[in-house]
Amino acid sequence: MHEHDVIVVGAGGAGLRAAIAAQEAGADVAIVSKLHPVRSHTGAAEGGINAALRDADSWEDHAYDTMKGSDYLGDAPAVEALCQESPEEVIQLEHWGMPFSREEDGRVSQRPFGGLSFPRTTYAGAETGHQMLHTMYEQVVKRGITVYDEWHVMELAVTDEEDPADRTCHGVVAYDIQSGEVSGFRAENGVILATGGMGQVFDHTTNAVANTGDGVAMAYRAGVPMEDMEFIQFHPTTLPSTGVLISEGVRGEGGILYNEDGERFMFEHGYANNDGELASRDVVSRAELTEVNEGRGIEDEYVHLDMRHLGEERILDRLENILHLAEDFEGADGLTEPMPVKPGQHYAMGGIETNEFGETVIGGLYAAGECACASVHGANRLGGNALPELIVFGKRAGRHAAGEEMGEAEVTTGKQGDWEPADYEFEAEVGETGGQGPAAADGGAVATDPDGVLEAEVERSEARVEELLSREGRNHAEIRSKVQETMTANVNVFREEGRLEETLDDLHEAREAYTDVAVSDPSRTFNTDLIHTMETRNILDIAEALTVGALAREEFRGAHWRKEHQERKDEDWLKHTLVSWNDGEPELWYKPTILEGESKTYEPKNRSY
Amino acid sequence: MSTQTPTQTEESSETDAETDVPSKGDERRDEKRRRAAEKRARRQAEEAEKAAADEETVELKVFRYDPEVEGKQEPRFDTFHVPFTKGMTVLDALMYSRDTYDSSLTFRHSCRQAVCGSDAMFVNGGQKLACKTQISELEEPIRVEPLPHAEVEKDLVVDLEHFYDQMEAVEPYFQTNEYPDGELEEQRQTRENREKIKMSTRCIWCSACMSSCNIAAGDNEYLGPAAINKAYRFAMDEREGEDIKQKRLEIIEQEHGVWRCQTQFSCTEVCPKDIPLTEHIQELKREAVKNNLKFW
Repeated sequence: MHEHDVIVVGAGGAGLRAAIAAQEAGADVAIVSKLHPVRSHTGAAEGGINAALRDADSWEDHAYDTMKGSDYLGDAPAVEALCQESPEEVIQLEHWGMPFSREEDGRVSQRPFGGLSFPRTTYAGAETGHQMLHTMYEQVVKRGITVYDEWHVMELAVTDEEDPADRTCHGVVAYDIQSGEVSGFRAENGVILATGGMGQVFDHTTNAVANTGDGVAMAYRAGVPMEDMEFIQFHPTTLPSTGVLISEGVRGEGGILYNEDGERFMFEHGYANNDGELASRDVVSRAELTEVNEGRGIEDEYVHLDMRHLGEERILDRLENILHLAEDFEGADGLTEPMPVKPGQHYAMGGIETNEFGETVIGGLYAAGECACASVHGANRLGGNALPELIVFGKRAGRHAAGEEMGEAEVTTGKQGDWEPADYEFEAEVGETGGQGPAAADGGAVATDPDGVLEAEVERSEARVEELLSREGRNHAEIRSKVQETMTANVNVFREEGRLEETLDDLHEAREAYTDVAVSDPSRTFNTDLIHTMETRNILDIAEALTVGALAREEFRGAHWRKEHQERKDEDWLKHTLVSWNDGEPELWYKPTILEGESKTYEPKNRSY
Repeated sequence: MSTQTPTQTEESSETDAETDVPSKGDERRDEKRRRAAEKRARRQAEEAEKAAADEETVELKVFRYDPEVEGKQEPRFDTFHVPFTKGMTVLDALMYSRDTYDSSLTFRHSCRQAVCGSDAMFVNGGQKLACKTQISELEEPIRVEPLPHAEVEKDLVVDLEHFYDQMEAVEPYFQTNEYPDGELEEQRQTRENREKIKMSTRCIWCSACMSSCNIAAGDNEYLGPAAINKAYRFAMDEREGEDIKQKRLEIIEQEHGVWRCQTQFSCTEVCPKDIPLTEHIQELKREAVKNNLKFW
């Protein structure tokens, strides 16, 4: 058994920042990650970091843009924290040596991004995430923070009181990919989940193969609700054949979208008469698919993104990485031809329910970054707001977990205050079908002392590994790809009731199939078959919660479009969706959005760009 | 939960597999291995048939090894026939082989877009990132092997600990003695200086360069091209200041540092991010000489 004050799960931007902050606050901290830190998917972020750094800009404007972009589903206290603290965090990165792009006077460059009232997206070429990830890992090396890399965290060690709010997290159980050993990691103060996105729930995604939503699913099974999972961002410019991301920076620098007829459709077909290509991402993605559905797409599949007019010098200076990606992954030369693009799954606005310090409803359990939902993005995330979320909330969670006093939270967790149960009957069968492996919230952890809770979880996890390795059964890959196909076909940019119901049936079938899953590779050495099999279970839990939330939300808000419900319904739906584990059967409930900020209330307005 | 709980006692773990009395779990695993071997033979026969029927396939010969699985302890090559699709990369072909034919086929991969640096391999005799290597540009059969000069853990996975140790041996983090006074004040850096270090900051730690380097193969303590490039990234960054640069030059001038490089350019040739590694090493040598002359 390993023992530390704070255990951070995941080593991308949020995890590294959390670890640094916890250590600076005096904690003995360790990072546990299934990848070596520099392999984390933060490294693929391209565009930049929104921060109100300049005199002509203000955090208040950034907060206003973010609330509007969220379609008024962001919680103001979290949004304001993001916007107030992002500038100091960006300067911190610069002081750690991050190689930002520069202006003539030597200051860091900023550029326009979609939905922003000021060009405040601070960037390093079109490889901002790569530079940010490596800069923070350098700081982790400098500080000598312990990293257990290539350890896959399987489950959390949580006590099993009836009410999740009474439970405590004492550590995690992880599987050493290199040796096959299952081991407990005891956390004296707290566990911080920073496991990133869940794009592998879909089959056309900008996300890495490792982005299987592990943290979200294991927190869910331990009793923490998933929040606003139906809000998935489909990025408007991904390469059609692979899903590789083409940064919004291309449009920020002046790139133009054309349909097959050569029309600049964002304006000519009235999707966004003011902002055109730089409207919010949900708006542009819907516009592109509408063009394709109405027969104006190229090869009935995609549209063109043209940046040739920017000129070679500017492209090489600010967007060079885009040239490489388009060439290597689509065979297109961005200097001489338009690049084919279409919407692809990119980001989960929802995630593990937390307050603005990263605390979940379970004592000692935190979450930060894409896996968490504070919520700063609400129904739609603005480009350039993901990277500041990692550093601002990573730092907050790290400090809080290390024991620093940070005041009272305004965002609530769990069933407090004005929560309400959902009034929705699902036609399809939902919920776990049994035989899919243990869940912490299902009880069985007889022990109450911290070490006992962890040891019991280690035993259950070891038994699960042994079971998967020794029995005969079906391979997970087929189940995973069926889930990805149905999610991409039915829970995409455009959603309709009948197909969402069908998806729940498909997912139920996939769950049944998964009860027979087995790993055919018998080895304990680097058994990726086993890891992927365990990940697929996480994908199943997330896909279902996401679809349940999408079906019940009968309105159109941000990234969530419903055929039968073509308007935002503020009277009924200014509230967050929550899905709780409830012994394997997803329990749906709601809590109100917080629109009251520090000194103003963000009144919902008509959202046009 | 399933009733198929293991029969091992609480204290037992996988280390028990090495004791004399085989547990039920061991027996099951042995049985599984036997069946896996049979399945493999069947599959290869089926695949050969399929290949004969379908011309639009590519043939991959993939290195296989597992220290603990019967039949894989002796390294061997397995053949996979993969239906070719336009734009298919070596990584795509490997994933297809794994998900369709043999789920135990093991390789690191994550981002699929040449930024996580996980999937450097030895493809047709050269160090390549599998995700950005087009099948259409390779001669068949395509030989896929783990990176040379590193210990193989399993199939295409090598032990990278030594590589990470070298990367971390050059104080790979920004250092300075003075920051601007004002709150929220960034350090200034000229565009020219940012441009100078730009290529060096693109390293994705894939270790292709280290694997290609003859010197690193013969001298285990040699820092290697990636680590020296990391040192270059900081030594050339004007924000660090002269005193720190001095210290950095001392680090790279040590016995197993820059002077070991014999400018064979193999690292530069294989770098998937086009970093001019050899040039960076040469430039550090020149800086070191200049620096030493200062003290004469």
